[in-house]
Amino acid sequence: MEHRPNLPVGELAYRIRRHCIEMTSRANASHIGSSLSMADMLAVLYAKVLRFDPEQPHWEQRDRFLLSKGHGCAALYSVLAECGFFPVSDLETFCQNGSPYAGHTMHNIPGVELSSGSLGHGLPVATGMALAAKRDGDTHHVFCMLSDGECDEGSVWEAALFAPHHKLDNLVVLVDYNKIQSLGRVEDVVNLDPLAEKWRAFGWDAREINGHDLAAIENALTEAPFVLGRPSCIVAHTVKGKGVSYMEDKLLWHYRAPRGQDFEIALAELERTR
Amino acid sequence: MRTAFLNELFELAKQNPRIVFMTGDLGFSVVEKFMQELPKQFINAGVAEQNMTGMAAGMAMSGKIVFTYSIANFPTLRCLEQIRNDLCYHQANVKIVSVGGGFAYGSLGATHHATEDLGVMRMLPGITVIAPGDPMEARCATRAVVEHVGPCYLRLGKAGEPEVHKGKIDFKIGKAVCFRDGADLTLISTGSFLQTAAKVADALAGQGIEARVLSMHTLKPLDTESVLTAARETGALFTLEEHSIIGGLGSAVAEVLAENEESHRLFRRIGLPPVFSPHIGTQEYMLKQHGLDPQSIVESVLKLLRTSEGSRAPLASAH
Repeated sequence: MEHRPNLPVGELAYRIRRHCIEMTSRANASHIGSSLSMADMLAVLYAKVLRFDPEQPHWEQRDRFLLSKGHGCAALYSVLAECGFFPVSDLETFCQNGSPYAGHTMHNIPGVELSSGSLGHGLPVATGMALAAKRDGDTHHVFCMLSDGECDEGSVWEAALFAPHHKLDNLVVLVDYNKIQSLGRVEDVVNLDPLAEKWRAFGWDAREINGHDLAAIENALTEAPFVLGRPSCIVAHTVKGKGVSYMEDKLLWHYRAPRGQDFEIALAELERTR
Repeated sequence: MRTAFLNELFELAKQNPRIVFMTGDLGFSVVEKFMQELPKQFINAGVAEQNMTGMAAGMAMSGKIVFTYSIANFPTLRCLEQIRNDLCYHQANVKIVSVGGGFAYGSLGATHHATEDLGVMRMLPGITVIAPGDPMEARCATRAVVEHVGPCYLRLGKAGEPEVHKGKIDFKIGKAVCFRDGADLTLISTGSFLQTAAKVADALAGQGIEARVLSMHTLKPLDTESVLTAARETGALFTLEEHSIIGGLGSAVAEVLAENEESHRLFRRIGLPPVFSPHIGTQEYMLKQHGLDPQSIVESVLKLLRTSEGSRAPLASAH
């Protein structure tokens, strides 16, 4: 009933990044920086943590993964393709006319739990799934990936209040804290620091990790729940555009697509660190 | 109507453990029985309607039939995007229930006047919109939305509405109930205005005018067949609703009439003008201020019938 990609996690992370570069380049699509910053976490989740079966995307005992930061969907589609939910060649249609693979997650795609794109929706839905699992005595976990800018949304904190009150220790939040949101640096737009402290104050057990350290990601994810009876939050310090030097920590790459020479350099850099 | 709904849902939930009742921290003195006797099916989401609606979607995606419950505009407008994206787009099996449609909370001020909810909900793709006419319709609607798979909006009155239907009714989502037949004109009501429509029809009968009364409990999908039949058979149609004349029943019926060749000599929307009411007070007081008490409606209808070639302005603005 379970399936894992038969790849080393580092290789999976590389493939996610390469697909993302190719997809956004071909489609002239935005959000490459947001996809690259969480590529390592997605690789660990799908290679080491989540229980799923690509032959049965709706298998009831599967772990749920909700990408609330739906604009990073190129990375999610990439890992789902590598896991066998659909052919890798489907990725070529990303953001093309008539394709199901839109620029934000679409729930009609196998393996995608939620259509997101409007921020602040994922965590309430994940919380409902975790609550239903608790009430039914199910043992699967619910993971939800948030962006940092998304934490400006009040609905995130409505759910953040609710989940500890109901002791939802089957719920794990990952915050892709790449420090850049739509119009600038998080600290300049609406400062979130100290972010982990905020989650703790709401009743979560929060850990801070380097979101590009594969071992640290795996440790944190497999140790959750960190405390029985509490939801877990992983504040992952990441770099926007991670893996392509000219994109790293640059707001521009929330918007621009790597084309022409940029595209060639990006692929070459990824290949060197493979 | 609230009591009829809650009692019916409680009985259904006892038989069906998939039913979950989620409240936005409202329902003092009426939800306690559910909370105490079916605790595994009860959730108080707190004063957080966005999270309540998102969680309801998540629970529905896990196989539950979830009711979200609050009053006035809180379960609808406060969390509109959650309804659109999480419920409608995903076809999550969630039933939104609002108690206090219209001026049920009239004395609490315009924030508590739910006078645009039907129009706003009706615009969303993939949702069924129901406003039962009396407690019996509320009980039937409760059963019907449990059986219907997909998002529904159930707009209820508050408490104490009389049973308007005296016998059994054939309640089907999307099919109007003919409360009274008549050949001279048709009154189409939605929600608890069924009671008003019945009184108006009685008064008109005293003047020798036989009115058909249709309880249009389902605004979406609208029973276009009943509307067109009434247009053909009675010639004059009036919609009656405790809601803005924009977007609700009046608009829905107008859309049908405008795009069909059926002849009707007179159609008017009777409802609230699209403004914030400058008044506060009891429901009865509020309706009278807006010319929506039975006597005012009778006078308006008679005047329009006399001068049916006259002004085409909607009745709401006449008051």
